[in-house]
Amino acid sequence: MFPFPTFPESASSISGRIDLLYLFLVGISMLMSVSIFLCILFFAIKYRRGSRADRSNIRHHSGTVELLWSGIPLLVFVFVFGWGASIFYDAFTAPDDALQVYVVGKQWMWKIQHPEGKREINQLHVPVGESVKLTLTSEDVIHDFFIPAFRVKRDVLPGRYTSLWFRAIKTGSFHLFCAQYCGTNHSAMIGSVVVMEPTDYQNWLAGGPPAESMAAAGAKLFERYNCNTCHRPGGRGPPLSQVFGSQVLLASGATVLADEAYLRESILNSTAQVTAGYQPIMPTFQGQISETGVLHLIAYLQSLGAGGKVQAQP
Amino acid sequence: MNPVAAQAVNQQPLEPREHYLNAAYGLKSWLLTKDHKRIALLFLASITFFFFIGGLFALMIRLELLTPAGDLFTSANYNRLFTMHGVIMIFFFLIPSIPAVLGNFLVPMMIGARDLAFPRLNLLSWYLYTIGGLFTVIVIVTGGVDTGWTFYTPYSSTYSNSQVALTVVGVFITGFSSILTGLNFIVTIHKMRAPGLTWFRLPLFIWAHYSTSLIMVLGTPVVAIALVLVALERLLRIGIFDPRLGGDPILFQHLFWFYSHPAVYIMILPAMGVISEVITCFSHKRLFGYNFVAAAAVAIAVLGFLVWGHHMFVSGQSMYAGMVFSFLSFLVAVPSAIKVFNWTATLYKGNIVYSTPMLYAFGFIGLFTMGGLTGLFLATLGVNIHVHDTYFIIAHFHYIMVGGAVMAYLGGIHFWWPKISGKLYPEGWGRLAALIVFIGFNLTFFPQFIVGYLGMPRRYHAYPPEFQVLNVMSTAGATILGVGYLLPLVYLIWSMRYGKAAGSNPWGAKGLEWETSSPPPTENFPITPVVTEEAYNYAAEEAADG
Repeated sequence: MFPFPTFPESASSISGRIDLLYLFLVGISMLMSVSIFLCILFFAIKYRRGSRADRSNIRHHSGTVELLWSGIPLLVFVFVFGWGASIFYDAFTAPDDALQVYVVGKQWMWKIQHPEGKREINQLHVPVGESVKLTLTSEDVIHDFFIPAFRVKRDVLPGRYTSLWFRAIKTGSFHLFCAQYCGTNHSAMIGSVVVMEPTDYQNWLAGGPPAESMAAAGAKLFERYNCNTCHRPGGRGPPLSQVFGSQVLLASGATVLADEAYLRESILNSTAQVTAGYQPIMPTFQGQISETGVLHLIAYLQSLGAGGKVQAQP
Repeated sequence: MNPVAAQAVNQQPLEPREHYLNAAYGLKSWLLTKDHKRIALLFLASITFFFFIGGLFALMIRLELLTPAGDLFTSANYNRLFTMHGVIMIFFFLIPSIPAVLGNFLVPMMIGARDLAFPRLNLLSWYLYTIGGLFTVIVIVTGGVDTGWTFYTPYSSTYSNSQVALTVVGVFITGFSSILTGLNFIVTIHKMRAPGLTWFRLPLFIWAHYSTSLIMVLGTPVVAIALVLVALERLLRIGIFDPRLGGDPILFQHLFWFYSHPAVYIMILPAMGVISEVITCFSHKRLFGYNFVAAAAVAIAVLGFLVWGHHMFVSGQSMYAGMVFSFLSFLVAVPSAIKVFNWTATLYKGNIVYSTPMLYAFGFIGLFTMGGLTGLFLATLGVNIHVHDTYFIIAHFHYIMVGGAVMAYLGGIHFWWPKISGKLYPEGWGRLAALIVFIGFNLTFFPQFIVGYLGMPRRYHAYPPEFQVLNVMSTAGATILGVGYLLPLVYLIWSMRYGKAAGSNPWGAKGLEWETSSPPPTENFPITPVVTEEAYNYAAEEAADG
């Protein structure tokens, strides 16, 4: 016999919450559609032409009735909206202690790298019970990283970072789909997410050929592109230790959080948001560093320590 | 009002009477006609052609999905099939369907006018549609397009190796057809109502078309601009959407959905108008809550412009924008709910006749209700994350557009067929076809809700084997649905020659279009009617039975 599931497996900390709301909506919908269906059936039979049903006192409008059947649904809608929004907020707010994993989508594969350096393609290994935050970007068109069993999904865009987090609650192997149409082999841009016990995960991470950590790879790039010519204490560019995660005061007077997106932009389009006290003289590296390379550089900057204070003044 | 009708009934059986169909003969008399009724028939022929082409593509999609492996077509061809299915069904069938055919035929007749305000513009509208359609046919024979009907950038503007530019030009030109039709309706409804026909005496079909026209005129230019920008980026490498050229891919989605979400209401509002006419006629009762239903149409048109961002909850749009769009989407559900409740309440204490159009109306209410309720799932932020871009959303919008708009379109075609052709269609066949369509539709699309929640993404050429059983059901349903759509094509054409003469008002319906003869004379009304009563004034019958 064919395998014939009718409800998806629930394998993340958020999937049960989404299912509960989904089932609540299924309940409301059944209640509504069944009552409308029964009304139509009942009226259609009772008031068929020629029947002897009582048709006296016909009313053609009633403000009270209209108010009731627009007001009550509205209240239910507001309730459902709030419920859905609270799940959405949590789904968009990754815990600070989440493990970082980096994902680059391209036609038609997923390239994944763990900070320790381990790389994989179309497979993502994660430990059970730990929060994992994916930083996603694309080398070409829009893709979408979708794990049905976790009820998580996020578009993966060229030219910017999006992120997605989950905490798996079950070990096993789960579908990974590209959910945003991306061209000829869209339906082959699939893979699996393997959830392992934490010790197995550590073993898996340490196994295989020794890999260079993303930060180490970034440090090499930093040297190769001679970034340290300027980015050093007293240099023409702002020093970069403690910059990751800090608030940067810009030449425009605004402050901006030095997150992955800001650092990426500052590498590729360096004059867009210049730190206060510096000249916009950095050359652009657009087209010279791959998306993976940019991720390495950011990992390197992150390894220099996360700052909290306002960076300004040479 | 009645002298006109009486005159027509007396005249009809005696001798061949001149009407809009036999007023002139020859191809030229059709291609250069300025008569809104003939233009409606030109549209009927053209959109029927595209409906069956789009339907054929749908059938090919379903055949491919019978098995998990992509074995019938190559991926490249499969992607072209679903794209062409979407482009044709949305831009060349659903958007023009009810407005350009039934609206064109009926708007002037329902308000007691001789024609639309701008008859030449009306003809131009058909020519623009046809030219746009021609581009689409050229696209089909020169290899097709594979971007999905949504043309998301930068895939469409940079990466796709298919006929994107030609397709976009075709849709762009057809957009003007839509704009001109909308403009014509707005002016006609404002300026050409018969004496005594005040706004709140208008049939709800007119309210629906007025609201639709507003969307057509205000929304279509935006999608036209967005598509021109795609073509510019594609042909001239001007960076607008592709980040490599300095563009922003999300910008396209905003521009596209700013029109394409309201476009859903272009498809469903006229359908709601048809249903209001059919239900009142076959319950022989005034619509319950006329003012609320009329106001709901306008509210849907206005609110419909404020909810486009609900297509983009997981697109990279800000989380707070998602929350605002979610809330507004719930608001737009309220007027839709009001309509469903009022139609159902209209049946209460009515005199219900189970005619073919009424069966379609019952089907519409049921399927639209399900489509609307599943729309709430999609508007709900947490749930949307999971069901977005899966078969759940495919099922949802087919319940609205096929279960809703196409059911209403077929119901409307049957309802006004006696007026359009002067002949009665075979009632037994009509009811059978309505039943087949209803069963086939549910079998096709209900399993897609389940497979969607399981996580099957849309636009997948191949899929994991555990989804197969549900996909086989869906394909079986599509086959039944296909039969249901072919039947009316056959018996309606048959009835034009062999059907019984209909008389001016075979259903005992109210409304000015039923007071003139069938088929109507070229000038619609020999004498301009004067309106002295509200719409759907079935009071005499209500009292007689009460």
